[in-house]
Amino acid sequence: MTKVTMTVNGKAVSGEVEGRTLLSAFLREGLGLTGTHVGCDTSQCGACVVHVDGKAVKSCTMFALDAAGSTVKTIEGMNNPDGSLGTLQQAFQNYHGLQCGFCTPGMVMSSAALLAENPKPTEAEVRHYLEGNICRCTGYHNIVKAVLAASGQDVPAVAAE
Amino acid sequence: MPKDYGIGASTKRREDIRFLSGLGNYTDDINVAGQSYAAFVRSTVAHGKIKKVATEAAKAMPGVLGVFTGEDFKDVGSNPAGWLIHSRDGSPMHEPKRPVLAYGKVRHVGDAYACVVAETLQQAKDAVQRIADESEIDELPAIVDMAQALANSANRVHDEMPGNQVFDWGWIEDNRAKTDEAFASAPHVTTLELVNNRLVPNAMEPRASIGEFNHGTGDWKLTTTSQNPHVTRILIAAFVLGIPENKLTVVAPDVGGGFGSKIYHYGEEATVLLAAKALRRPVKWVAERSESFMTDAHGRDHVTKIQLACDKQGNFIAFRTETMANVGAYLSNFAPVTPTFLHGTLMAGPYKVPNVYVNVKAVMTNTAPVDAYRGAGRPEATYSLERVIDKMCRELNLDPFEVRRKNFVTTDMFPYTTPVALVYDTGNYHATLDKAMELGDVAGFEKRRAESAKRGKLRGMGLSTWIEACGIAPSHLVGMLGSRVGLYDAATVRVNATGSISVMTGAHSHGQGHETVFAQIVADKLGIPDSSVEIVHGDTSKIPFGMGSYGSRSLAVCGSAMTRAVDKIIAKGKKIAAHMLEAAESDITFADGKFSVAGTDKAKTFGEIAFSAYVPHNYPLETLEPGLEETAFYDPANFTYPAGAYICEVEVDPDTGKVDICSFTCADDFGNVMNPMIVEGQVHGGVGQGIGQALLENTVYDENGQLLTGSYMDYAMPRADDVPFYTVDASCATPCTHNPLGVKGCGEAGAIGSPPAVVNAVIDALQRGGHKNVTHIDMPVSPARVWSAINA
Amino acid sequence: MHNFDFVKPSTIADAVKALTGDGAQALSGGQTLTPTMKQRLAAPTVLVSLTGIAEMKGVCMGDDGLSVGAATPHAVVAKEAAKQYPALAALAGGIGDPAVRNRGTIGGSLANNDPAACYPSAVLGSGATVVTNKRKIAADDYFQGMFSTALDEGEIITGVTFPVPEKAAYVKFNQPASRFALTGVFVAKFKGGVRVAVTGASNNGVFRWAEAEKALSANFAASALDGLTVSADDLIGDLHGTPAYRANLVKVLTKRAVEAAR
Repeated sequence: MTKVTMTVNGKAVSGEVEGRTLLSAFLREGLGLTGTHVGCDTSQCGACVVHVDGKAVKSCTMFALDAAGSTVKTIEGMNNPDGSLGTLQQAFQNYHGLQCGFCTPGMVMSSAALLAENPKPTEAEVRHYLEGNICRCTGYHNIVKAVLAASGQDVPAVAAE
Repeated sequence: MPKDYGIGASTKRREDIRFLSGLGNYTDDINVAGQSYAAFVRSTVAHGKIKKVATEAAKAMPGVLGVFTGEDFKDVGSNPAGWLIHSRDGSPMHEPKRPVLAYGKVRHVGDAYACVVAETLQQAKDAVQRIADESEIDELPAIVDMAQALANSANRVHDEMPGNQVFDWGWIEDNRAKTDEAFASAPHVTTLELVNNRLVPNAMEPRASIGEFNHGTGDWKLTTTSQNPHVTRILIAAFVLGIPENKLTVVAPDVGGGFGSKIYHYGEEATVLLAAKALRRPVKWVAERSESFMTDAHGRDHVTKIQLACDKQGNFIAFRTETMANVGAYLSNFAPVTPTFLHGTLMAGPYKVPNVYVNVKAVMTNTAPVDAYRGAGRPEATYSLERVIDKMCRELNLDPFEVRRKNFVTTDMFPYTTPVALVYDTGNYHATLDKAMELGDVAGFEKRRAESAKRGKLRGMGLSTWIEACGIAPSHLVGMLGSRVGLYDAATVRVNATGSISVMTGAHSHGQGHETVFAQIVADKLGIPDSSVEIVHGDTSKIPFGMGSYGSRSLAVCGSAMTRAVDKIIAKGKKIAAHMLEAAESDITFADGKFSVAGTDKAKTFGEIAFSAYVPHNYPLETLEPGLEETAFYDPANFTYPAGAYICEVEVDPDTGKVDICSFTCADDFGNVMNPMIVEGQVHGGVGQGIGQALLENTVYDENGQLLTGSYMDYAMPRADDVPFYTVDASCATPCTHNPLGVKGCGEAGAIGSPPAVVNAVIDALQRGGHKNVTHIDMPVSPARVWSAINA
Repeated sequence: MHNFDFVKPSTIADAVKALTGDGAQALSGGQTLTPTMKQRLAAPTVLVSLTGIAEMKGVCMGDDGLSVGAATPHAVVAKEAAKQYPALAALAGGIGDPAVRNRGTIGGSLANNDPAACYPSAVLGSGATVVTNKRKIAADDYFQGMFSTALDEGEIITGVTFPVPEKAAYVKFNQPASRFALTGVFVAKFKGGVRVAVTGASNNGVFRWAEAEKALSANFAASALDGLTVSADDLIGDLHGTPAYRANLVKVLTKRAVEAAR
């Protein structure tokens, strides 16, 4: 076991890990941050996306030791300081951009990375950027709308459009 | 102004707060003090005789607490089929034993034959590898192809079965001769052979289970990814473990999607319970995605020949089908009913066709079990019908919109009895077709086609008019048809002393938003704020009973039970109000959250009544019981029959064969809509899955029974850039006539109606593009398949 | 996954040293290796992460062309090469998905040489030079078939130098599930002639389409390819496409790449 130290959601954390311990496992089991989900074993589904040093990465495809010294942000770090939903999270709720909720943390983290790079994406850009995040519930419709709305663009209301 | 609370409002979902904050509580998020970890040893061959399961070395490995094999659980009960189908000759179906863990033989890739429990997951996996390496399994010839499985009765998936055919079912057998006669004299017959491709449900949360046993009390507890915890409890308690139901609690916490695959009881659930008892430790198991691919019950997998008899004007005379349905290596809980009563009974569609006969042979193969997946049997029926109708229109040069229109059951014909034994209570199929044509701008198609052609693309439009039977299901009817269970549901409405309400529902929400919508309904009925109502589901120790969520039944069945329970609360409230207001019970009216004495200004609020119920200082106890809590069980009188019209427009790139969906329009009749936002979301999701089936998804086993599509590297899931924004509409509503909310169910609609619309659009594009020889392409209509079809 | 010791050197010299031991393997982003290890199809005893080596990162223009450090993630190439070599940047920006592009590196991709990877086509199509801790290897010598390269045991790619063509483009047709290249074609027009490299299509990995190069060198227009046919022999046939289908894609995508070249 090796000691690993990093900053997660603004707090310095450390823990003992094996070489093979994935970042996702360290977050979930080591730190109890179970908002980061694991939905596949081939780096495809994106449920595990977190930000490492400001970049979206698949935490199931990064070893915890490779993130030593890094600054990590997870879904648990996305709420406002008072615990309320942040702008992007709120857009997901407003536009019904989630159903079962399992892919949602990864969707939010990927979408946040998109908006950081591209504050006013087109529909096509949103769809393309989210190709590494699989959702089985929503048919993506309301996810795309939520991201567009979060970017401040006009989006039709949710029902009876 | 749209309503912003109660029934009919697009209320935002309360469950989203926890999911968006990373505070969901899925099974893998739960850790129990002292828990150990299970991992399974799975067959790498499709069919084999187990010669030796090498457990000794594994048992001595670091951290290993126990190793269990199929032989260890040989005397434990079998995981049963919930439905008994009889063959055409009257004989009952074959039901080979489905053990907790395989012994004697392994029957599909991924079939678990041993389980290791260790202190850590990695230790368990290390020991699994050792057992796999050292065990001996003699590979037998794999049975993969259904026709071969039927032809060769010597090579059997289950040695105790006479062949590989589970049943040979006819619906309705009495229709057979008449239908054959109709075909013999019909002016035109269209024949189509098609495959309804095998799908892996792929809920994003893999299955997971935690087993616990309390040696002090003898109580078992299973936390598991289930759509229906009470059903799982019955299956495990009564059939597998043989223990009283009241000694087993099943909890299904937040569940990350189901789509059918989490209806069923799986051997891993029984294993973690048995291991927990044996090892005196809680045991947790979480599937890897590869295990989900190999072992979750798959969907569809039909090979069908459908024929349509009609006159030269396209008036339907008869439908006739022959289907082979793959059920895989073991009969999953609802596998017998999915290709039969959920399929054959829908083979009249929304059409007034006098003759229908359906034949289905269920076939065992060395593949994962196949069972209900979103739509379950109804997508297969719809696909067959809508494809063959489309082919007929082309053969007779008829307009596909007009052909549907002239064959629809009309509004004056309800209740309408089909030749395949359903009674449609209400509907308006012309209205949804008109609405879809308007929203999909059918009139403007030619202009769009010409514009596509300028860019070298072939544009096509496809139509599908679908109907389903859901709100599953009237127990009296399903009982006659072979169901071993009843399909009512239950709810308890508990009014707390200070007026807040807890509603315990048998329906389980795993994405559908019950916590929000059910609260809207109860609050609306009681005239109180939505926020006063809390929905409790997913725990057999908290809720009275229930058959769970599938078959678009939650609102139509459990929602009806809940409504009935609310009615009982109001009735009891009137008794209390009569006492408090010193009036006759018959003079009390209830409206807007107030119990009033008719014709006076004397009234008590709902909160006052609730408080009084729990502080009964002066109750006439002989006639008025304290407390305010009511339970109702609701058994539907009939299925519900949502229906709709879907129009898809595609562009085909003739150079690569790639199909792009340009637009997808849905006009549905779901009866009354409780929360339009959620209904739209359900349709979006279903259509997304239907487009996935039509264009992308396929489950392929090679001739040795190896799963070639065992990960997202080869199983193509729809991604955000594979689909468009959908246009959906539910305004053409004809309320269900037999349930208190007038609701029909919307969960499966999108997945049922969409695949034929997509395929019809692709064929239309190719035909208009001059590829007149292409009359059918099997799903998934992949670029390679399209290119091959046009270059054949 | 089997356990291993994880080391993350900060210099090439330390990385080379760490890779000399038995069972040591380089990890350069790990977007392919990690899933492979999860399946227990690779089981290194020492894993040497190369992404902490500053001298192996970055994109810069030099006399021989555009140099890309081997540990540079795809996302960085997509951004930083956009001006100097837009076709290369576009290719990098289309690999995997954004999260994969933030971790996966050009060195890792080339060392693995997946027959459906994008980068090999850019390297071969540009006539680039693969630079290692020991030597420089011309692209034409580097790729030696599916998952096979000229690298010796323990040899580390430190960078790649791309001659920048007058015009180039990469056109990829996605395998619908993995979104790797079902077939991808990189076309580069240099003063001295045109290079066409094809990935995803062949059982022998990335290859140059000589007939197309000849035709396009004479006339850099899609129509120059009209008379050519691609043999399906030795092309990949799998669930997602037959050899004949891939042969068709090679030609269609080459034409599109010519049209898209800038």
